[in-house]
Amino acid sequence: MSQRPDDDIAGLRIVKHRHWGRWFSALIVLLLLSLVATSMVNNPRFEWDVVAQNLTEESILAGVLMTIELTVISVVFGFAGGTLLALMRLSSNPVLVSVSWAYTWFFRAVPMLVQLFLWYNIAALYPQLSLSLPLVGEVWSAETNEIISPFSAAVLALVIHQSAYAAEIIRAGIQSVGQGQLEAAKALGYRPGQIFRQTVLPQAMRTILPPAGNEVIGQLKTTAVVSVIALQDVLYSAQIIYQRTYEVIPLLLVATLWYLVMTSVLSVLQHYIEVWFSRGNGPARGSWLRRNKGTQESAS
Amino acid sequence: MSESIRLRGVHKQFSGNTVLHGIDLDIAAGSVTVILGPSGSGKSTLLRCINHLEKLDGGTIHVGDTLIGYCRKGQALYELPEKAVARQRQRIGMVFQQFNLFPHRTVLQNIADAPIRILGQKRAEVEARAMQLLDQVGLAHRAQAWPRELSGGQQQRVAIARALAMQPEVMLFDEPTSALDPELVGEVLQVMKQLAHSGITMVVVTHEIGFAREVADNLVFMDNGKVVEAGDARALLDNPQHPRLREFLASVL
Repeated sequence: MSQRPDDDIAGLRIVKHRHWGRWFSALIVLLLLSLVATSMVNNPRFEWDVVAQNLTEESILAGVLMTIELTVISVVFGFAGGTLLALMRLSSNPVLVSVSWAYTWFFRAVPMLVQLFLWYNIAALYPQLSLSLPLVGEVWSAETNEIISPFSAAVLALVIHQSAYAAEIIRAGIQSVGQGQLEAAKALGYRPGQIFRQTVLPQAMRTILPPAGNEVIGQLKTTAVVSVIALQDVLYSAQIIYQRTYEVIPLLLVATLWYLVMTSVLSVLQHYIEVWFSRGNGPARGSWLRRNKGTQESAS
Repeated sequence: MSESIRLRGVHKQFSGNTVLHGIDLDIAAGSVTVILGPSGSGKSTLLRCINHLEKLDGGTIHVGDTLIGYCRKGQALYELPEKAVARQRQRIGMVFQQFNLFPHRTVLQNIADAPIRILGQKRAEVEARAMQLLDQVGLAHRAQAWPRELSGGQQQRVAIARALAMQPEVMLFDEPTSALDPELVGEVLQVMKQLAHSGITMVVVTHEIGFAREVADNLVFMDNGKVVEAGDARALLDNPQHPRLREFLASVL
């Protein structure tokens, strides 16, 4: 007697597809990784003992602090300036629009390293700085060289550089907020400043944060260029030591490890900030393919 | 509290294209007015002029005694600064076709934010009132939900509650059911019917003839940026005078 194919449905079971390729590729990659790891451990030229010994060296820690300080200052002022530039760019005043555009154009075009040298040597252009008021006359003046230290030159260059990039990120964020949101806020009677702070910015943050996180991490590493004007960040502190001891690689590893630590902290921080700002918009994580599923899951 | 609305010679252009040709209209305090018209007739633009989301190119709009968007000195109308317009808009509620709830605020926050932040009212009082409004629109159990978790009809009911939380004197509805699935239209219209009986001035741009017949006091029919016919809603719907309105009703019914 012939059996029809859909008899016995109750006994049917689903056999999951075995991903042999996944197992195989994972194995190969793990093998390669273990080779790299063994060589790093067994190659005596890494001098891990020197790395360990210098990792918490006083001058290295001071350098780490300097790197953090430069990053924080340039990110805070850079993004504040970037917000201002973005608002200028999006204003209806053609002069502000052009100035903001020109600023971004110029400071994105000049390499960070060149800017750093320019600011450091600004005294060649303006030997003296002074502030004069009409009627009152000169109220303040100083030698440029007294004001421009390696630190202030670095801060100037980093902030200016960062604000040009931040401006574009923030502009993209502001433009991602729909016209309907602005109209709803206006119709309720919100004032322009309130609309920006309470409706536009919180929603723009969702678009701003991923590239901003990139920028901040990039900026942390960009601060390494200040070593060329002898500012003691973590890299320069390491350089000072290896110029004395010739332990070049271990000291560069010390700097590398610290950059890894700082970048990891920033990445974790970014994750939590993103989760906060994506409230109301579903999970921040998850496959891009599944992101928008279940939008109406709890609709009655 | 409700206010009358008075439009005189309202003109509006979009890049040289005139969409409102000198509209004169009187809307009595506490009345419900439905604006009908084919798409492109200027009815939404007219509504958006009332709370100055669109600037006028001529004419005046008064809500009560307040001249909207301008300050008159002699024969000149000076544009008011945004802050002053914002103050005028506090008294004019608006409901949008696309709801436009704030996605980053919960349902309760959507309703309570504006009275707290704009009018500086006490949080506890405002939230109590917001819960009452949510109860009125049948959504008290969703107070802590995010807008995206609600259906379109629910979102629109929250949007109505949000506008009402400012205790406006006038409510404007810009095609409030046009973006909804047919089965969700009824729940929104139900809320609007309740509201119509509360005595607030309502101006509703819609294609819902049934709503107009049942609830509206007045009907305004627009075509090509002009008011073609205006008058008692039921009388006009039962016995349209102008051939254009007759044609329109025949096509939508």
